This record gives sequence, structure tokens and C-alpha cells, in this order.
Amino acid sequence: MDQVLSGVKVLDLTHYIAGPYCTKMLADYGAEVIKVEKPGQGDGGRRLMPFYKDDPRPENSGFFMYLNTNKKGITVNLKSEAGKAIFKQLVKETDILVENFSPRVMPSLGLDYITLEQINPRLVMVSISNFGQTGPYRDYKATEIIEDAMGGWSMIIGYPDREPMKPGGSQSQFVTGLFGAIASVSAYYGQLMSGLGQQIDLSIQDAVLYIQMYPTSIMEYDKVIRRRYGNRVGPFPSGILPCKDGYIGAITVTAQKWPILCEWMGMPELIDDLRFATSGARALNIDQLDAIMISWLIDHTQEELFREGQRRGLPFAIPSSAKMLLESKHLNARGYFVEVDHPSTGKIKYPGAQIQMGELPYKLNRAPLLGEHNEEILCGRLGYAKEDHSRLREMGVI
Amino acid sequence: MGHQKKPQLPLAGIRVLDLSMWFAGPMCTRLLGDMGAEVIKIEAPGHIDPWRGPVNPQLVKMQAPARNVPDRPYDANPGFNLENRNKYGITLDLRQPKAKEIMKNLVKISDVLVENYSPRVMPKLGLSYETLKEINPKLVMMSLPALGSTGPDKDYLAFGQTIDCMSGMAYLTGYMGEEPLLQSGLSYGDPLSGMNAAFGVVAAILRRLKSKEGIHIELSQVEGLIAFNADSILDYTMNGRIRERMGNRDRSMSPQGTYRCQGLDNWVSIAVPSDAVWQKFREAIGHPDWTNEPRFVDAIGRYANQDEIDKLIEAWTLQYNHYQVMNILQAAGVPAGPVLDAEELLAEPHLNARGYYEKMPHKVAGTYREIAPFALFSKTPLHIRMPAPGFGEHNHYIFGELLGMTDEEMEMLKKENIISDTPLEKQQGSM
Repeated sequence: MDQVLSGVKVLDLTHYIAGPYCTKMLADYGAEVIKVEKPGQGDGGRRLMPFYKDDPRPENSGFFMYLNTNKKGITVNLKSEAGKAIFKQLVKETDILVENFSPRVMPSLGLDYITLEQINPRLVMVSISNFGQTGPYRDYKATEIIEDAMGGWSMIIGYPDREPMKPGGSQSQFVTGLFGAIASVSAYYGQLMSGLGQQIDLSIQDAVLYIQMYPTSIMEYDKVIRRRYGNRVGPFPSGILPCKDGYIGAITVTAQKWPILCEWMGMPELIDDLRFATSGARALNIDQLDAIMISWLIDHTQEELFREGQRRGLPFAIPSSAKMLLESKHLNARGYFVEVDHPSTGKIKYPGAQIQMGELPYKLNRAPLLGEHNEEILCGRLGYAKEDHSRLREMGVI
Repeated sequence: MGHQKKPQLPLAGIRVLDLSMWFAGPMCTRLLGDMGAEVIKIEAPGHIDPWRGPVNPQLVKMQAPARNVPDRPYDANPGFNLENRNKYGITLDLRQPKAKEIMKNLVKISDVLVENYSPRVMPKLGLSYETLKEINPKLVMMSLPALGSTGPDKDYLAFGQTIDCMSGMAYLTGYMGEEPLLQSGLSYGDPLSGMNAAFGVVAAILRRLKSKEGIHIELSQVEGLIAFNADSILDYTMNGRIRERMGNRDRSMSPQGTYRCQGLDNWVSIAVPSDAVWQKFREAIGHPDWTNEPRFVDAIGRYANQDEIDKLIEAWTLQYNHYQVMNILQAAGVPAGPVLDAEELLAEPHLNARGYYEKMPHKVAGTYREIAPFALFSKTPLHIRMPAPGFGEHNHYIFGELLGMTDEEMEMLKKENIISDTPLEKQQGSM
């Protein structure tokens, strides 16, 4: 299959979310990804919710299945000498190695970049970690909510007088995974041009802060600390407000849209009302304005407001649940959701392509079962005899 | 393909034409520029990137009283200048026939074109991919329409906040049982789309090394963001469950939360992902009696009694500031970290030890600290090499030196308002 990354060889030592999302991007766009897991338990991501039919047995994690599409899976005990030998053989054939262990692990296994570079000087190694490979917090522990907090993201979500809110889901880890994919392909391109491999030290904290255009720059230029505004982010009116059957993103974005909104609400007298005539005035009188808007919104459904708003050039939107997304006519017309067949689940819909690469094909093959491709990679690729394969299994190497 | 082992930035030698404005497209080209690509940002004399802000200095002074506002405030906007460093800036009114010819000459000598107009605009300008590929068959063109270029809603308007809603992001963010929350001005869909676009561009360039042909890449900003909540999608397709807002709590572990500390708007986030960490947590906070209560002993009990446990933890965190709590808990191996505001982020010892901020002198704006490129590349360190361009700042360099136009030709273009180094119309931008 001709895809943008066809022929690129990736060795994947990642687990949980950030690292696997990085190699998923590489795999979904055509790279050959060999995922190396610990014998026995495998990637901790195999124990992440949701589980198919809420049954948490092995090979049932939907999150793992999504994050590991299009990869081949082998198990190798990297603490054993035989396991290290297998790994180093694979490194020889690898363009990009991605790992997201805590920073002490690869050196303690004797598999740090300096060592691997000797085996393959063209190796691009992407190391993803919570706080990076250097610095005073290098060995600190973190989970998603800690990264949301220390990357400055939580501080700006929620109400000013209440606790800061993390963004829903596992955003900091996903964001970093995507940065990892960008770094992977870019450093690999640089290697093809210069012949130089290198290691990339990608920290989740750095990544989360990089996507925020304002907080630090506003502080530098304006001496203003951004805090929390609830849904009143501005320009006004703009926010998520109640309507007849739920909530609506009543978004106007530019000041020029104010008269359009007033006409639509059937309140043309508001256009020149001094309380609301300018953006500044609307910001000052936002409580009154919200009350007026809600009194109108509450008589209309999400769908009416969304469609009619868009017709009038206002970027209104429905805050959509998973169900609404899966039932979206627009997304389904574009074939966004893709069915993937897996022995544990049968056919299930997954989110599909983030990017359409022209006319090139896009396909999601299911995630590997634990150790599924051991024989194929060891015997087929590395030339081990079938006997050796059995021996390695007995010794607990694979 | 060169084989000399000389360190050069990863994307050195790749030229990118950037017709994008606002945040999503510029995020893509910021990434490409940070990694060494030569990015040429193209605005129009009468259509400046709205994120440069108002043209009128008085208006900016009102909005940002503490800012050092120059006569050209649009060259000194904090967000714009962060997002557009490592780029050249020119102006070109693409509606004019002469400008289209110049644009085509630029396309001829470029590798990549990035645009984030609605799907109708480029064809209307006579600059569709089909046209441009005739001029440069190796062109990688990246389009970022909000909802894609097909499907019934393709022409709908969507800004960052719209995309927060449409992608399901807002639905999953917020206090438990309350309304969905926007990402408070982060416009999350924008940077994320820019990142997907940057990945797509570089991946396509890799393919081009072999295939020798260009490609038109497209991404729907909404779809890229839906992927980041795949677990919520799969909970529905596998279990029929609609995930709702959970505040700061986790779906499996407890306690997890953001707790008030001593001081103004001072908060710490703490997560206890396992029974083993729970034991460490108990020890770190001095084994208070309540931690021995049977209802808190195991994960199930702690999960069922989160309201109580959160109150008890907050009573403890209130004795310290957020950094103190982090120090105590991290010393015991418990995940904990302060909720950092912008001032704290700039002063952060860890970030500074990693060289996360670089000082960049800007001719008009002054000298400020800026977030450095996103990762540490061991052999080709990435840096801010040049500040964001002033409006039309590199007209002379690009049209003169790159395209070989004479001074007279450029004067003529100026007279015809095809290029300009000051905005032609007064325009109200956002902050």
C-alpha cells in the first residue's frame, strides 16, 4: 500500500498513551512499527478503560486497541542478555526508535542513545517523558492531571473563584504524542539529508506549554496573568449557554456580528443600546446580556440554533457528546469513523484519519495481541531458528 | 540527497509559503520554522493577519495599558509575535492579476504551501491545487478547512471555540454535573490542527523523496480533535456509554484532584494511581487517623468516598503553598504538581534549567522572553533564530533578492497597492 511513510522502520518501546499515540500516527500513515512489550503483562495501556462490554480481561482494552492500530507486536524481556541482543539487532534495522520510559530506564538497561548510536549511527531516537531527560524535576512522578497543572493549562480553565479544571480526557499525553510524531519524521528527514541521527528529548510539560499562545507572552508584554473566565472567554457575547434541550456554543467571535445576532433574536433595539453597543460595553454588562440571550435561547433547540446561526454567518456549535459525534451526518458522509475487526470485539467503530493525504489509502488494522508477531519478527526478520524461538520463550525472554 | 555529516537543522532547505492566518495554520508553519524550514508568511496590504491586533495604537493602549505600544502596534502583538517567529513576512494582494503571477513564481521555487481559508477561496483566487501543481508538480499543499472540504457542513464557519464544541472536547471538560467549558481562550482545536498539519507536511516531504510527486493534503480541524478523545468514542461504540464531565476526577483512580493551598488562587494537583502510592501518600502526610479508616483502605472504597477524601486532603494542603505540597509529596514518590500561572511558568526553575525560554530582541516590540522550540534535539539544537516579521518587513528581501525584481518594479507594485509595508485599511482585530 502506498502511504506517505511507507518503508520507514520504527521500533516502538512505548506504553500507556503519549508514546503509543506517537507511533500510532507513524503506523497509520504507513511506517512499519514493531512494538516491543514486556512478556507477561505487556503495555500498561492494555489495562486502560474502556474495556469491551466493561469486561477488564486481557486483550479487551478499547483504549489500547485504538492507540496501537497498524503495529506489529513482539514481547522481549529487555533485562535479559538475550533480550538485549534481540533488541540491538532490531535497532540496526531501525530508522526511528520511540520510547517513553522514565528517564532512568534506558540507561539502566544499557540501552541509552550513546550506546545505540554505536550500533546504528543513523538512528533517530525520540524519548518522551513527563519532565524531560534533564532538569531538577527529571525523576518526578506525574499523571495526566499533574501535567495539565504544570503545563499551565488547568490555570485557565474553570471559574475564577473555584478550583482550576483539567481539560477532559488525556489531552496532555495526546498532544505530546503528536509532537513526538512531528519530531520523528522531521529528525528522520534531517538524517536522510545529513546522515546524522540524534536523540530528541521531548517533555510533556514543555509540549503542553508550547501549544498555548497567550499566557506567557501576555505576561511578558502586558504584565497580565491569565486566569479563569468560565465560559466568558470573549469577545462578547460568546460562550456555552443553556438552550431548550441542553447547551449551545453561542459563539460570535467578531464584534461585527453583534447586529446580526440582535436581528436574529428579534431584538433590533439592542444594536444601539448603550449597554451593549460596543465590545467593551458588552463585556462590562455581560450578566445582563447573558440573561437576555438565555431568555431567547431557552425557546430554541440545539439543532435550530446551530443551523440557523451558521446560516446567518455566526459560528454557533453544539457541544457534542460521543453519541452525537457518532451520529453526525457530516462526519458520516465523510466516512470519518472506521470499522476495525478485532478477535475480542468483532467490528467496532474507531475515530479515523486525522489527515487526508491526497488520494493515498488509509486503513486501520487492529492492534496486535500480546506477542502476536514474535515468530514472524524473530524467525522471519532476524533469522532465528524455530527452535531458538521456543527456547527464548521458555527462558522468558519473549 | 547529501551524505556529508554536517549538522544542519532538520528541515533546512525546505521553503514554505504560508497563506494562513489566525492560529491553526500559523502553528503549523511555526513548527516547520522552528525545525529549520524557510517560512514566508504572506499577508495582503488590505488584509492583515487579525492576530496582529488593532492597527490603531490608541485602541491597543486601552486594551493593554501596561504594554509598550509602538506606532506600529501590529508589529508588537504578544500572541502574533510568539506564533510567527522564525518566519519571513511579505504582503501580496492575491486578488490582483500581477500578484497571482508573483505568487506562481514563488510556488515554482517552493516546496510547501499552507493555507487555512474556507474551501472555496483558493479556487476562486485561481490558485487551486490543480493549477499550482502544473507550475510545480512537487508541491506539497496543505489545506486546513475547519470541517473538511466534503460533507454537508463543509462551508460552516468554525473558530477555535466552535471546534471545542463540535469535536466533543467541551462536552468532556467541566465541573461534574455542570455545563461544558471552553478551553478559556486556548482555542485548543487551532494548535492541534497546526500540529497535525505539520506532521502531514513533513511526512509528505518524506514520500516525495521517492515518489518525486507532490500532494494536496487536507485536514478537518474537528476530526483531528475527535481523535484525542478516542477513549470516549470507544466507550460509546463498545459499551453504549456516553461519557460526561468528571471535573478533576479520574475514571478509575482515587483520590485525584486539584486542591486549594495557602495563598491567593494557589492550587495543587495530586493523583494517587495505586494502592502502593496511597501508602506513600499516607506516610508523606504523617499518617493522620482518617487515612486508617476502613472505607479508604482500598481503591474501591476510596473511589466510593471521594467527596469525603477530597475534603480531608484539602484540609492538609491548606497548610502549605502549592510548591511545598509538591516537594513533600514528590519526595515520597507521589504524583503532585502546582497549578502554575503565567508568572510562575516564566520563573519555573525546571523549565529554565532546560532552557525553555529564549530572549528574542524585536526591532519594534522590544526584547521579551519567548517559549523555545518544542523539544531538545541533541545534535541540531533548535532555537528562535529570528523574531516575528513586521508587516511586509521582508518584501524587499523576498521580491528583490529571491525573485530578482528591481527596485522600480517593487515601487510600481507598491503604487498599485499590490504590496505594502503598512496596512491599507483600518482593521479591528482581536487581542
